[in-house]
Amino acid sequence: MPALCRDCFHVFDAGTRCPACRRPRVLSHPELFDLTIAHMDCDAFYASVEKRDDPSLADKPVIIGGGRRGVVSTACYVARIRGVKSAMPMFQALKLCPDAVVLKPRFEAYVAASKAIRAMMDELTPSVQPLSLDEAFLDLGGTARLHGAPPAVLLAKLVRRMQDELGLTGSIGLSHNKFLAKIASDLDKPRGFAVIGRAETMAFLAPKPVRLIWGVGPALTESLERAGIRTFTDLRRWERDDLVARFGGMGDRLWHLARGEDNRRVDAREPVKSISNETTFGEDTADPSLLDGHLWRMAEKTASRAKAQNKAGRVVTLKLKRHDHRILSRRVTLPQPTQLADTLYRTARGLLDHVTDPGPFRLLGVGLSDITEATGADRMDDLLDPEAARRSAAERAADAIRARFGPDAIVKGRALR
Amino acid sequence: MKLSIERADLLKAVGQAQSVVERRNTIPILGNVLIEAEGNTASFRATDLDIEVVDRAPAMVERAGATTVPAVTLHEIVRKLPDGAMVQLSEDGVKGRLEVRAGKSTFSLATLPRDGFPVMASSEYASNFSAPAPMLRRLFDKAKFAISTEETRYYLNGVFMHVAEGEDGAVLRCVATDGHRLARIEAPLPDGAEGMPGVIVPRKTVGELRKLLDDDDMQIAVSVSDTKVRFATPNITLTSKVIDGTFPDYTRVIPVGNRRKLEVDASDFARAVDRVATVSSERSKAVKLTLEEDRLILAVNNPDSGAAEEELGVAYADERLEIGFNAKYLLEIASQVDRENAVFLFNSSGDPALMREGGDTSAIYVVMPMRV
Repeated sequence: MPALCRDCFHVFDAGTRCPACRRPRVLSHPELFDLTIAHMDCDAFYASVEKRDDPSLADKPVIIGGGRRGVVSTACYVARIRGVKSAMPMFQALKLCPDAVVLKPRFEAYVAASKAIRAMMDELTPSVQPLSLDEAFLDLGGTARLHGAPPAVLLAKLVRRMQDELGLTGSIGLSHNKFLAKIASDLDKPRGFAVIGRAETMAFLAPKPVRLIWGVGPALTESLERAGIRTFTDLRRWERDDLVARFGGMGDRLWHLARGEDNRRVDAREPVKSISNETTFGEDTADPSLLDGHLWRMAEKTASRAKAQNKAGRVVTLKLKRHDHRILSRRVTLPQPTQLADTLYRTARGLLDHVTDPGPFRLLGVGLSDITEATGADRMDDLLDPEAARRSAAERAADAIRARFGPDAIVKGRALR
Repeated sequence: MKLSIERADLLKAVGQAQSVVERRNTIPILGNVLIEAEGNTASFRATDLDIEVVDRAPAMVERAGATTVPAVTLHEIVRKLPDGAMVQLSEDGVKGRLEVRAGKSTFSLATLPRDGFPVMASSEYASNFSAPAPMLRRLFDKAKFAISTEETRYYLNGVFMHVAEGEDGAVLRCVATDGHRLARIEAPLPDGAEGMPGVIVPRKTVGELRKLLDDDDMQIAVSVSDTKVRFATPNITLTSKVIDGTFPDYTRVIPVGNRRKLEVDASDFARAVDRVATVSSERSKAVKLTLEEDRLILAVNNPDSGAAEEELGVAYADERLEIGFNAKYLLEIASQVDRENAVFLFNSSGDPALMREGGDTSAIYVVMPMRV
């Protein structure tokens, strides 16, 4: 069975210790050098960046998240041992781990680290599809000859390089498609390297719960359970047509995934589907003027991201989370795509005015979807709102000022509420 | 209840009923048509709680009575029956079924008792007048393309019908706009309409109304109150709530100072716009108009998909102008022109353009340009 030493990258034929360096971090799998689709996932990325930049944190539980009312965005492995998980409300995390060091996210530092990792991945293959700052798919098919080594070796070297040069660790999942690669990267965390071969795919998945599937959230898990589907084995008992009839387009996908089939390509240029921003308030509120302030800030953030990416969207979504965590969401399609904060704000404001729920709310978000290139955006003014043209000109002028003198150079009074 | 009715009469009546009922109903009876038989008339009533339509048709009534059955199913059945058939409807009150017989076909439909059927409260109308069908047809047909679908501006989701002061005295005027284009159509004010309150007639009502207006000789009885509008022929009564909102002051939107005049054959123009727009892959296809002396150049340039250009001979005597529009909007307004040349009046490339048919100001259209 082909084997690889993850420390000295020696390739040999089976064994639990490396014959060259005698170290035990050996990876062996019958298909090790035949698989080409990988998923790289950094270990506790935000927390690792913080620990790297402040060594005094090394042995402390570190939680990255926003404010008293926010949720955990990342917890380091020390905190995870105490039961802290991502997306857990902060108060709950602090109950489990009162001595945790809670840090606000420093996105610039994470973006910089992410860019460095991205550059390393780009050296391996042009097919890198980032999913977020800290994870990406890589398609290493056909690169073996160029690099003189099979994908598994390149990946082992990649994580080593990340550790040596950036002080960050990552875990690799290697398989024959994206779905399985992503599952694999989670099997052996942290500093892991897991392989799922073609031969074992069916047996590997059989007992696994279906919520393992990316896109199967709590709601779908529940309706799957109502249909008696808990594991992949359960899922395989269903005919394809029945799944489609019951779960629509997702049903067809489930049928394929049940068999470990996923033909999505690693797409380096995955199109942006939506741009949105949301904020959890310091305190629940039903105050229209406070909500209005949040609405403007979120609209402005979303618009500025759209502008930065040179994108525009036709569908505006308003999201509200009630004090009992129930989510209200309202959307409307515009006659033409927009990237203007003013249009986004006014449209979302119209949606907010039609919300009958009196609140209080704990979160508000504004999103833009049905994304297109910015060239087709905001090309027509409104007959009934002659001021709109002037407001959009003012917004463009303010953007130019911010580009020159910094993001806080000019703000609307509304943003201060 | 038991009656016999001609298939053609039944199809017409049930056809109108089924288009009023909402396809997806949480209240089952709202999917039903109420059939009432008395004397020598059968009436068919349907509602979505905003619109109510009653169709009366001659029938041989053996046993008077009333019941309700699913409108869509009954319509489907009648539609599939052979032309010229005589249809018998008889109610079996014990089983709660309506039997539909025609020739050798028999259908049995579940009924719901008529007591549960909501009937729109009658109201006092502030204004009652009569208008010929072709006049109303023109007013609504030419305005309806500009109705907005934007739900946040619900007061634009209909045609604003009101009394206004036209060039030669009082007129009945219909206006619709979605913020990008506007249609203003007027007709001489019918007798008795002077005090009519302005109302916003919802999009769906406009669609239903259209079915009453096909007969050129028909006089339509129109009744208007602040909250409702009613259109009636001897056989059909359409009652609708109006949109509860204020239509914006559209008069300030209509350009008065546009001096640059373009005159063009509307159908040549529409065909040319349609042709050049073919190469654009965008959803809102932008067409650039370049106007020079007696020459109009239509151009589409889309970096991703291609380019197209076409020249048209026109009457234009002003200085050169370049202005962009959404191709769909141009096609829609050009298709409103049916007798004379289309006359466009422009100001600058950033200002709305006005279009009318020849010198006729009783129908004008405003369209917003697009930056190209």
